[in-house]
Amino acid sequence: MAYKVKFKNINNVIMFMAQATELTKDRLMWMYETMVKIRLHENKAAELFAQGKIKGFVHLYVGEEAVAVGVMAALKPGDVITGTHRSHGHYIAKGGDIKASFAELFGKRTGSNKGKGGSMHIADPDIGMLGANGMVGGGIPHAVGAALAFKLLGKDNVAVAFFGEGGSNQQNFHEAINLAAIWKLPVIFVCENNLYQISLPYSKQQLITSVAERGKAYGIPGVSVDGQDVLAVYEATREAVERARRGEGPTLIEARTYRFRGHFEGDPQIYRSKEEVEWWMNNKDPIKIFEKYLLERGIATREELDAIWKRVSNEVEEAVKFAEESPYPSPEELYDDVFAKPTQGVLVWRWD
Amino acid sequence: MMMYSQNPRKVSSFGGGTRVVSMAGTREITFVQALNEALDYAMSADKRVVIMGEDVGVYGGVFGVTMGLYDKYGPERVRDTPIAESGFIGAAVGAAMMGLRPVVELMFIDFLGVAFDQIYNQAAKLRYMTGGKVKVPMVLRTVCGAGIQAAAQHSQSLHAIFTHVPGLKVVMPSTPYDAKGLLLTAVLDEEDPVIFIEHKMLYGVRGPVPEEPYKIPFGVADIKREGKDVTVVATAWMVHKALEAAEKLRGEGIDVEVIDPRTLVPLDVDTILKSIKKTGRLVVVDEGYPRASFATDIAALAASRAFEDLQAPVKLVTPPATPVPFSEALEREWIPNTEKIIKAIREVYNYKRPR
Repeated sequence: MAYKVKFKNINNVIMFMAQATELTKDRLMWMYETMVKIRLHENKAAELFAQGKIKGFVHLYVGEEAVAVGVMAALKPGDVITGTHRSHGHYIAKGGDIKASFAELFGKRTGSNKGKGGSMHIADPDIGMLGANGMVGGGIPHAVGAALAFKLLGKDNVAVAFFGEGGSNQQNFHEAINLAAIWKLPVIFVCENNLYQISLPYSKQQLITSVAERGKAYGIPGVSVDGQDVLAVYEATREAVERARRGEGPTLIEARTYRFRGHFEGDPQIYRSKEEVEWWMNNKDPIKIFEKYLLERGIATREELDAIWKRVSNEVEEAVKFAEESPYPSPEELYDDVFAKPTQGVLVWRWD
Repeated sequence: MMMYSQNPRKVSSFGGGTRVVSMAGTREITFVQALNEALDYAMSADKRVVIMGEDVGVYGGVFGVTMGLYDKYGPERVRDTPIAESGFIGAAVGAAMMGLRPVVELMFIDFLGVAFDQIYNQAAKLRYMTGGKVKVPMVLRTVCGAGIQAAAQHSQSLHAIFTHVPGLKVVMPSTPYDAKGLLLTAVLDEEDPVIFIEHKMLYGVRGPVPEEPYKIPFGVADIKREGKDVTVVATAWMVHKALEAAEKLRGEGIDVEVIDPRTLVPLDVDTILKSIKKTGRLVVVDEGYPRASFATDIAALAASRAFEDLQAPVKLVTPPATPVPFSEALEREWIPNTEKIIKAIREVYNYKRPR
């Protein structure tokens, strides 16, 4: 199953127009199932938010599934990622337990973060998900540091920093990417350009037409890829990962994508038209695109795909049930985990 | 010659347990040399220790604290960085999460504004936000203080900002001895982010420092001078000013106790409260701005926990709420000096409660 890659050079940015893939059926089906899992997880989260069952700021990943899954398909165990405020998809694609993520959204003790982080801070270092991040661009330098640790500890792993095109205007993006470049660290910078920084369209954020162009400014490759095509994302990441593991340094990947829902749940979305959103949903749904690929090439049957939806749907229901039935943290847990351990002197101050 | 308490101190030794070290006959080195020895030992003892910062490598740091370490440990472990504080402090956060023990240098504490997110929203909160799954064992060394006419953007004492944020340990040594022992604890033992603040006027100060490595536990204040009449809590350079004031007041028959908390988080509340119980009178001397400060913090502690013991109002000696001026004439006025401390001590000592 090898396809020839076509390159197109636009503004010094290499655009992947097709994919070369030698993925096994198992791997392809894992990719499909994971995208479905993210979609159903997020749809359920939206439903629970609308019902008032989960609260706080919730940013959903619907429409962007191919980015997280395409990237993660190119990683191996031990590789790590840092996320954004919109990171449920990254967590799930990296292997996160959706029981723990729903419990976290409910603020329960059984949550991935013991109920102390919530949607914007979802993390599981055991699977290499170092954390979503409430600060735009805040996690980018962490990936650089993780890569430095891999290099100095002699590990053959890479770190991936996810951020949006909004984050690519932040200090942390520029400082971190430059640091990784001069130190030739195994980092893949993945910009999820979903075309809106809350309300501000991409064309009003930058004069360049692709965030990938910024790679050149730091002396590293910049690649732009169709973020709705999971195989294109996979292929671009695979190349970047191989380069990183060879010790040749970081790569900047821009994945052009689109969020089907508002910036956060409750966003009135006055900044874009309904027609625009519908166009993307009808023409650039990453799951439909991948489905077509799998069916047309006879890799999977409709029945197999339907079975996946059913199975994942049940899994989501079970996870929500688990979350709803889980206990809240006890009031005393408020004081835990501020520091590693009790010490001499007063560490966690209370006036009472 | 600066005055030091020459009392034997309790020191947690490398062999485990605690032992008492006599300072008699110990060689004297500078504060900078003491810090350098601590970093040197830490790097030799633990390969996970890496140093990052601007001009920390070949140049040895703008104040010379990392001198010689680049030659000894090489460019992989002593890393010169671009001027990108948020980038390299953020990288230290990530490196700490993944198993290194980074020591980063923020050239002046005044620069924290360009990197503060990585300190107070990232390093300080990651453990908590992840329910304890992530740890960030990193040390941020930085330089504070007025006294060399470095003006408003290179002279501040902003330790209270770090003390304010849960999740950070804050260390502020006043002597070469404390500097070495506290830095070794920070780099080798701590599992939390540590802000290690060095006052630039202390760098040239000499004092007795054992050659062998030793650690000073956090959260243990040091009584730099014992006295029975007035308690003075002071930090960093102000410890020395307070000791000078105490010596001058000896002639007047006022017996001053000077307490250096050494770590602001964790804070050794017991030692301070015990001293107030003994003296009934408290003066706090701190170079931070006057409001929402370390000085007001200690005053609040006394007001809420030692009200019955206080025989006089608490006096605070701090700079005024102005930026640090450049002119020598103005800077001298800005920095709390011995005369102001003496005046405050006399006032609380002579205070008689109205009947």
